[in-house]
Amino acid sequence: MSDGNSTTDLTMVEAINETLHAEMARDDRVVLLGEDIARNGGVFRATEGLLEKFGEQRVVDTPISEAAIAGSAVGLAMAGLVPVAEIQFLGFAYQAMHQLAGQVARLRYRTQSRFEPAITIRAPFGGGVRTPELHSDSLEAQLANMPGLKVVLPATASDAKGLLAASIREPDPVLFLEPLRGYRGIRGPVPDGDHVVPLGTARTAREGDDLVIIAWSYQVELACRVADHLASEGASVGVLDLRTLVPLDIESITEAVLRCGRAVVVQEAAQTGGFASEIVATINEECFWSLEAPVARVSGFDVPYPVGMVEHLYVPDEERIQAAVRNTLDAG
Amino acid sequence: MAPPSDDQLRFILQDMVTARTQAGRLWNLQRQGQVGTVAPIDGHEATTVGAVHALDPDQDWVVPQYREPLALCRYGPEILESYMLYNLGHPAGGHIPAPTRVLPPQISLGTQIPHGVGLAWGMMLQDEPGVVLVFFGDGSSSEGDFYEAGNLAGVLRAPVILLCVNNQWAISTPVHLQTAAKSFAAKASAFGIPGIQVDGNDASAIYDAVDEARNRALDGLGPTLIEANLYRLGPHTTADDPTRYVPIDELAAAKQDDPVDRLRVALTGAGLWDDEIHAATEVAALARLDGAFERAKATPLEPDAVLDHCYATDTPRIARQRTELLGRFGETQ
Repeated sequence: MSDGNSTTDLTMVEAINETLHAEMARDDRVVLLGEDIARNGGVFRATEGLLEKFGEQRVVDTPISEAAIAGSAVGLAMAGLVPVAEIQFLGFAYQAMHQLAGQVARLRYRTQSRFEPAITIRAPFGGGVRTPELHSDSLEAQLANMPGLKVVLPATASDAKGLLAASIREPDPVLFLEPLRGYRGIRGPVPDGDHVVPLGTARTAREGDDLVIIAWSYQVELACRVADHLASEGASVGVLDLRTLVPLDIESITEAVLRCGRAVVVQEAAQTGGFASEIVATINEECFWSLEAPVARVSGFDVPYPVGMVEHLYVPDEERIQAAVRNTLDAG
Repeated sequence: MAPPSDDQLRFILQDMVTARTQAGRLWNLQRQGQVGTVAPIDGHEATTVGAVHALDPDQDWVVPQYREPLALCRYGPEILESYMLYNLGHPAGGHIPAPTRVLPPQISLGTQIPHGVGLAWGMMLQDEPGVVLVFFGDGSSSEGDFYEAGNLAGVLRAPVILLCVNNQWAISTPVHLQTAAKSFAAKASAFGIPGIQVDGNDASAIYDAVDEARNRALDGLGPTLIEANLYRLGPHTTADDPTRYVPIDELAAAKQDDPVDRLRVALTGAGLWDDEIHAATEVAALARLDGAFERAKATPLEPDAVLDHCYATDTPRIARQRTELLGRFGETQ
């Protein structure tokens, strides 16, 4: 959906920044709010240059108030604007959960579409960078369990652009979750010009017929490395990047699993009640009679997200993913 | 400050009597099992009606908690129509049609305060004239949302009026267990905005206070916190038994200062009201409520309405759930 075939090599955070510029230029109803986003350009520089370009009316440093950020976004949307809010780290969204679950998610439902909740809330999350406590929590399953929200998690720089553009243009509220490790750790060609990736369409990150790894966000990167490694041993392992958990691309999951007969689902969040469980349940409903092995989960453990010296034991890595893939290939 | 004119006072009392009368009928409907839990308005009439009469319904928004709807008739008949659907539990009960500038009832205490601040902020950003009036109670002022939103409103100088309806009780919790602050108005100092206390049984005083706060907001001077002091004369809701905790002599004293009686006596003495007008107002109020209730009961409800309006368009999952649900009724999408 881009204007042409030209691309520019960008990091993920550069792609996000470019998209915010483009969307603010495209639609003057778009306003940005969050902590340290204006003068400082965001603690990861995702909003750098926007204050200078669009002014302090449209790029607003708020007090340290996550609930008021989410709650005032509801009011801004009711006033006919298109708020794009930043929660500085997704773990800080615990202080906004009542607004997210009770208000943002159900504004359309409880007013029967009197108001259009065209709200995007961006937040970085995920481990592997030795952040202080509560900076790395993966809350996608909690958010996906709040009907009314859409949950979007790009894994590439190109998708960061295409999915963010789609999210801001969405008439429904989107939690746009950005991988901390990917901000500068993921780089790639990004289509120039208008580039929109519709929500609810998974991406085949690697073709493969023996087994499919289903993942989202930074774990897609690790899954691809595992697939590449096993390809050198002759195993045909595919990777399906879900891109969005709500709406969920059930058809692509079903197609991949029916084709391969074997699947491994990877997430960073704690295992119990995680979104991987939802994927396994979906596979069970859609593909049970075509499975050649039990579907495996690779996840964090059922403990709070840990501190720096032990986080590498918690976050799934290539070794754990590869072990799960080998076990599943060997089973049955 | 501009006190309400004689005509306005008559309309204010008319709306207060209407709210009191309709609340009585609604109580009976709940006791008959015809509607769900209801929060009576008794004691709140002067504050709610007086405040909204100081607003311009074409410009200003009302963001209620949940006790206010029957006293918002100044904003048009749509409020009562949707409120009766709301009391039935019909999904359309939360839909107050545009352009009426009133939000539906909010059950989660204090969560509407940041909504009101955001709405006022959004109007300011678009150079729209008008203010937002947010209702919440003494108990809600203990919620984090009150502090976060009040603080944000102060920083933004948002055109919003925060009206803390201090009815002395949060269900069974009295105000001295709610705060150690000298008043709820005093909390405004934390936001750097004016905070005032008003006699919530005096419709004229409330009108004056909201009118002044509105003018400040329209002049770009930012928000005001108003504490209206009154007494909840009825139970918290139809599910509550206040005889367990409200001191009987305290309630009896509060009933001596009933806001409806107070304005009725004053306007009767001034020759602006009489028993005939009063009786006619009650009859008309009941007729309107009964009519709205009949229309609410006759409002169609499709089985898959339960799935509507979650998203602009169904997600694949909801689309499947819709098919499954309609299958129970032998229907196809």
